[in-house]
Amino acid sequence: MGRYVLRRLLQLIPVFLGTTFLIYWLVWSLPGDPFAGKCGERPCPDAYISLMREKFHLDEPVIVQYLRYLGNLFQGDFGETFRGSSVGDLIAIAYPNTIRLALVALVIEAIIGLAAGIMTGLRGRGFLDNVVLISTLFLISLPVFVTGFVLQIVLGFELGWIKTTVSKSPAPWDELIAPGFVLGSLSMAYVARLTRTSIAENKRADFVRTAVAKGQPQSRVVGVHLLRNSAIPVLTFLGTDLGALMGGAIVTEGIFDIKGIGNLVYDGIIGKDGLVVTGVVTLLVVVYLMSNLLVDLLYAVLDPRIRYD
Amino acid sequence: MSIQDEALPVGTAPGTPLLRVRDLHVEFRTRESVARVLNGVSYDVEAGETLAVLGESGSGKSVTAQTVMGILDTPPGHITGGSIEFKGEELLTATDKRRREVRGSGIAMIFQDALSALNPVFTVGFQIEEQLRVRRAMSRKDARKRAIELLEQVKIPNAAGRVKQYPHEFSGGMRQRAMIAMSLALDPELLIADEPTTALDVTVQAQIMDLLKELQLQRQMGLVLITHDLGVVAEVADRIAVMYAGRIVEHSDARSLYRRPSHPYTEALLESVPRLDLKGTELRSIKGLPPNLADIPSGCPFHPRCKRVRDVCRTDVPPQHEPEPGRLSACHFAEELVAGD
Repeated sequence: MGRYVLRRLLQLIPVFLGTTFLIYWLVWSLPGDPFAGKCGERPCPDAYISLMREKFHLDEPVIVQYLRYLGNLFQGDFGETFRGSSVGDLIAIAYPNTIRLALVALVIEAIIGLAAGIMTGLRGRGFLDNVVLISTLFLISLPVFVTGFVLQIVLGFELGWIKTTVSKSPAPWDELIAPGFVLGSLSMAYVARLTRTSIAENKRADFVRTAVAKGQPQSRVVGVHLLRNSAIPVLTFLGTDLGALMGGAIVTEGIFDIKGIGNLVYDGIIGKDGLVVTGVVTLLVVVYLMSNLLVDLLYAVLDPRIRYD
Repeated sequence: MSIQDEALPVGTAPGTPLLRVRDLHVEFRTRESVARVLNGVSYDVEAGETLAVLGESGSGKSVTAQTVMGILDTPPGHITGGSIEFKGEELLTATDKRRREVRGSGIAMIFQDALSALNPVFTVGFQIEEQLRVRRAMSRKDARKRAIELLEQVKIPNAAGRVKQYPHEFSGGMRQRAMIAMSLALDPELLIADEPTTALDVTVQAQIMDLLKELQLQRQMGLVLITHDLGVVAEVADRIAVMYAGRIVEHSDARSLYRRPSHPYTEALLESVPRLDLKGTELRSIKGLPPNLADIPSGCPFHPRCKRVRDVCRTDVPPQHEPEPGRLSACHFAEELVAGD
């Protein structure tokens, strides 16, 4: 196990270098002048542009810029925006909001998805099964912005049960419930279906029959023997999904005005603020790689037949 | 219809047997059809006795065992008649709670494929200890100690180390031993072994059978051995019940059955066993396929495959004959068979 983890961590290095370079290169080769429209109605004075180009080393070859960026990054310096604020600070302010939103979404999708999946998986075909199948199909078909706006309008404007937008940063937990539901709704549908299939498959498994033949109480047959085996694919899915959720949600954050990482990267792209985009995406790459590693390790913990040696 | 309704199987001692199955009927109902899987099965098992239930796939031998255990999948399985008494107590009308109490502690069962029958994500120790902790409220420490003892009883070397391993870390034979240890955890009085050696290679088969025999002797357990392998049966069985199309077609003590079968199906089964002294001659097989249980042939269900078939077989269901004292056969010509051709 230890050697496996070490090998996986070493593999992160080339992946990290490759992705960050790609992003850096892509961002700076975007067409358009980053300083167009930065000075109001008038074009920016040449003196300002040349000052900025020099400050951000924009006239050097991309590879030199990238290496310089990387060097700063390893000293914990994400660089500055064109307006002069620290990218590191911006991320530090935005990321807690995204993490909170991701956790709320994960908890909601796990609880509702697992509950619906376990119930329908155990009972088999019937009314409840149809309800869950149709509603999950509905959630899977709907784009997030539709779910988002509908909930915002119905629960926020019409009924007044929720605040239509998140009031402050860091976002209060209770205001994140509706956005978390919207963000988690798609995965919730997948979790429900995955759990249902997994339970229905294992329900007839030999080891479940053995547990019954042993005279174990029904609660243990289901809660221990059936659930532990059925949970393996579901927990793996949830782990991967957490990695994706940590990447921020541009649409959901946009609808509910959450000042998260998705919001930050969106502004960065619009403003052609290369260092913001590169900084955020670099961080997300690391988070995603780490969460994938965690999922693989979790998999081995859940299923003893898998051994990484 | 029920050919063995009140007929007493062989070897039945006066008084209450450990297990008494009478005229058991089970149907499998699907959308398309109703398959009559058990059509009046009766047998008794005494403490310390081995009853071998013999038959090809689909003859109903496993379904009988599952019905006795109360682990029949319902649906599609439905019990439509009969009685199962364990030490004089009717099980089919007992509460779910009572049936659960009997499982494991009164009647235990081991299965064919120990790899899939053991839970892959729990250690072998956990699965044995679970019985002791949940059913006997034993402490973790005591349960672990007892689990190691049980593994030692089934002759698993280095039991103290093995107890912490997962089923996939065991070899096939060791896995079946672990399964036996688990089934013995609550000291059952009756053990049902459903094809316990079918998934194993021959040398290991013999070891497992020896082990079962030895444990049965030590504990004076009743043993129901379900198998399609006549070789396995020969050494261990006291009595043999041969099943065909959900009926017991021959019920006899083992010695008499091997000496001279009293049903053509048994005869055919014995002939289909490879024998060294007949090496070089063609191996006999039973022609035709097992009957479709949704559409059992008229008369004697075996008649389409029987080489002794006569007109009466096609029309009349054979009654229960007693060709010799203590033997039962569901063949019109049982007496002829026993007397010799």
